[in-house]
Amino acid sequence: MKRNENKEGIKGMANPGRYGIERVSYWLMRITGLGLLAYFIGHIYETSSILSGKAAWDSMLELTQTTQGHIFLTLVIGMCVFHTANGIRLMFAHGGIGIGKPTRPDYPYLPHSMNMKNKLCIYASIGIAALAMMYGLSVLFGE
Amino acid sequence: MRESIIMKIHYGTALGAVVLVAVHILYRITMMSFGDSLEYENVVANYKFIPYAIMLELILVLLSVHGFNGLRVILLELKQGKSYEKAVNYGCLASMAILIAYGSRTILMTSMGMT
Amino acid sequence: MADTQIAEDQSSAETSTSKIVTLRIAKSNPEKDSVTKFESFQVSYERWTTVLDAILDVKKHLDHSVAVRYSCRQATCGSCGMKINGRPRLACFTKISELDSDVVTVEPMSNYPIVRDLVVDLEKMFDTHKEMKPFMVREDTEITPNSRELLQTPEQVEEYIQFANCIKCGLCNSACPTMATDSSFLGPQALAQAYRYVADSRDKGKNERLKIIDDSHGIWRCHFAGSCSQVCPKGVDPAMGIQMLRGYLLGFRK
Repeated sequence: MKRNENKEGIKGMANPGRYGIERVSYWLMRITGLGLLAYFIGHIYETSSILSGKAAWDSMLELTQTTQGHIFLTLVIGMCVFHTANGIRLMFAHGGIGIGKPTRPDYPYLPHSMNMKNKLCIYASIGIAALAMMYGLSVLFGE
Repeated sequence: MRESIIMKIHYGTALGAVVLVAVHILYRITMMSFGDSLEYENVVANYKFIPYAIMLELILVLLSVHGFNGLRVILLELKQGKSYEKAVNYGCLASMAILIAYGSRTILMTSMGMT
Repeated sequence: MADTQIAEDQSSAETSTSKIVTLRIAKSNPEKDSVTKFESFQVSYERWTTVLDAILDVKKHLDHSVAVRYSCRQATCGSCGMKINGRPRLACFTKISELDSDVVTVEPMSNYPIVRDLVVDLEKMFDTHKEMKPFMVREDTEITPNSRELLQTPEQVEEYIQFANCIKCGLCNSACPTMATDSSFLGPQALAQAYRYVADSRDKGKNERLKIIDDSHGIWRCHFAGSCSQVCPKGVDPAMGIQMLRGYLLGFRK
């Protein structure tokens, strides 16, 4: 008999609260990736207005040169920096680098792959993204 | 194509894009003020500078491949089924091709002065 | 009162330190309907009382119909995996006192079909485990005439022994974010076991196993969220095994 699989579903997949910062970083990586893809598509559409001449370019630019536009761009900067920094950490980890060495486990069985180095890298990625956003704000609103 | 090859491309495009996007952003903020760099004449001049146009094209390809493969991965994990997975694989591939074609049109026509 | 009775049963010592906790048990029977009801019971507990002890107290004194699977009571058989206060744990390995809560909610593990109440069907996990060829792959054996035992150095044993501790309780698959939505994913349990054999110097089946896991719902669907390692009650650290295994596919390891 085929039973209901009782999957946790998107809510369970996205729930970052139960398993520490690594699960938060997994979730942020996903969200920022999707956000950046959406921005990238929008950016390509936005820049294509250059083919329609100066007036079209200027009116497209006007749409983005607003307070909301600048806040959106600041978010994009944050997403981009986090996705990049955390992505580099993940690339190393996926190759088995920086996740510790197999050993005989001892109680209380703290997993070596969830080590402080990895946690610090995640916090650093969030920190660098925040700094980049502040720099972005100063460039965008400082004109 | 084996999944390991696809994922190696995923990592490779990410690394390439990081470097090139950094150059792209630095170009916007170091040559002149950010606002001035977005003026129509300056942007057109950027496109007409062939090495920069080639770099834009590379960024377009790298990010399209990386972005749509990332989307494919997310969609494959959300739902399963033979026809759904086939639709996701081909849908992402087609979207990637369309975006590259659309972006390339802008880069090519602007760099050739067809604005 | 039945709950008072339990408290007296458990604390024969004169200086009783027993406290009362509310145990909420998810009850469902998919063969009848898809409704899940939570029933609450007041249970007394000591510092050393495990969640499994509390459930068995309820089953003995308050509600005989509670379905729960258990056997060894010492985190060796891997039978009593369930969600305790939202997180997959072994009921026999989780003390109520360490949960630091007045209410303990027990539910069946997610990502497995429910048989009844707290019992889930682990068949799919065993199937994916078998897919990984969990045995030595080599042409010769230790038992053929004129052969000798396969020797290993302590360092070679260290490479995989951690992953040989897996008791197949299934908690890792229940915590995995990919398993939450992807029914075809092999899962951390199977992938960690694939590494256990690939890393074994006596084994010759590396290429066969790498071929099996290099699939669209194979190893690449792990994103190193690490939840599997955080819930593992035996310190297996499946996330590490998976990344090590991926190292072979990416060419970082030979």
